[in-house]
Amino acid sequence: MTIFAVICAASFPLVHMGRLWLGFYWALPLPNAFGSLWVNFNSPLLWDVFAISTYFTVSLVFWYMGLIPDFATIRDRAIRQGATTRAAIYNALSFGWEGGARTWMRYESVALILAGLSTPLVLSVHTIVSFDFATSVVPGWHTTIFPPYFVSGAIFSGFAMVLTLLLITRKVFKLEDYITICHIELMNIIIIITGSIVGIAYITELFIAWYSGVEYEGYAFYNRIQGPYAWAYWSMMTCNVISPQLFWIKKIRTSIAATFILSIIVNIGMWFERFVIIVISLHRDYLPSSWTMFHPTLYDVGEFILTVGFFFTAFLLFAKFFPVINMFEVKSILKAHSERVTHAETADKGVPVTTDK
Amino acid sequence: MTMNADKHFILGIFNDEDVLMDAVKKVRGSGIRIHEVFTPFPVHGLDEALGYKRTRLPIAAFFFGLAGTALALVMQIWMLGYDWPMIIGGKNFASLPPFIPVTFELTVLLSALGMVATFLIVSDMKPYKKPRQFDVRSTDDKHVMAIDLAVNKGKSKDDLARLLRDAGAEEVNEKNFD
Repeated sequence: MTIFAVICAASFPLVHMGRLWLGFYWALPLPNAFGSLWVNFNSPLLWDVFAISTYFTVSLVFWYMGLIPDFATIRDRAIRQGATTRAAIYNALSFGWEGGARTWMRYESVALILAGLSTPLVLSVHTIVSFDFATSVVPGWHTTIFPPYFVSGAIFSGFAMVLTLLLITRKVFKLEDYITICHIELMNIIIIITGSIVGIAYITELFIAWYSGVEYEGYAFYNRIQGPYAWAYWSMMTCNVISPQLFWIKKIRTSIAATFILSIIVNIGMWFERFVIIVISLHRDYLPSSWTMFHPTLYDVGEFILTVGFFFTAFLLFAKFFPVINMFEVKSILKAHSERVTHAETADKGVPVTTDK
Repeated sequence: MTMNADKHFILGIFNDEDVLMDAVKKVRGSGIRIHEVFTPFPVHGLDEALGYKRTRLPIAAFFFGLAGTALALVMQIWMLGYDWPMIIGGKNFASLPPFIPVTFELTVLLSALGMVATFLIVSDMKPYKKPRQFDVRSTDDKHVMAIDLAVNKGKSKDDLARLLRDAGAEEVNEKNFD
């Protein structure tokens, strides 16, 4: 999901760069014909190039590493069914995996370290994205609360989007025994927590706008609440802050239908958050002469539809050809603890009850 | 009969990872060298039971990370400090704080990619590799213990088969590679 979403996200700056091929030395420190005029490492936009591309690469590698043993399982199943082409394709995908104990030992160590590296990456990528806004001087963007606010917003919307897709996949693929109500409930609890953090961030922004006494900041937030785009602000508030609070009720957070509906509401709310931050802050500048309203062009809408289409195509292809649940991890926890055979003969299991007759 | 090493194997097939763990200890205890054990999922403790040394991949990851840190700092300080210094608000040409994000990212990137590349190289994994399959079921639900006949010259095939069966193997098979 991350992978496909990042590709979608990347398409926006790539389209906006116009002459795409120039983007390489605009964005990356590559020697060029301007006497090697380098990129500006002091710019948060450049940090973002590094943060997002690292995040993408490491996520891709981590995701693919998890699939390798399962590709081998599919390959061997194909071999047993006599499907040679399928076996050859999945063998290439599995990098010729054999599953020896030595390889597994190394594999586990790699997986552990990749997980350890990915965790700070999640924090760093959203922090650095928020720097793009926070280091500017635009009222509504210039706030120090942005990094933690973006990180919790990302977890919040990420969990909601995963739930939306997962609930459908679970139903279609009949995965009810693997993804239980307990998992869904725990995810909903994360949504309450992060949704509340996001809510506190919204309120803190308002408080600081008033408390700081900066008139531009104060106006930016007054404009959010009361201005021409108040509908977007209040949609965001309702979807992101109020609706997840329904998950405090156990009946709602253990209900599939309610979770599905609320997860979509959160997705909509997070879309509005971006709209609020970007459009509302930009449509009122320091100079009243540049005040305007935002009207998306046909191309803006087209690009948005393109990303939605690309995302779902990629997701469906993934679900069709790749294992949606990691098979080897499920196998390793299949045995219930009591079933473990530890020195079967010597273990004290008590004497079986024998009844007369 | 003379045998070349790495060609002729006797395979013990196990259904249960706990039985397998006991069998590994038993087989090694009777002085037999196990070629390798193939399992469908990581069996914890199997590497110690087989006497494998802990992997040094984390150390490799650390040094790749260090290389990333060094590369990032040298690149940024050289590019902005020496090769093409730019006056931006009269600030230092090469001041460290704004270089931290890129340094962090390159550290993580090189560490992750370097470690995975090392893993693929030492495990001899590549897309066009033809795997040496002892038993195709070993990626599904069977654990396969392979014993090289040529390495364990003291024991006959029958001895090994009996030992494996006693240790709890469901099946004992023979596998020859040419």
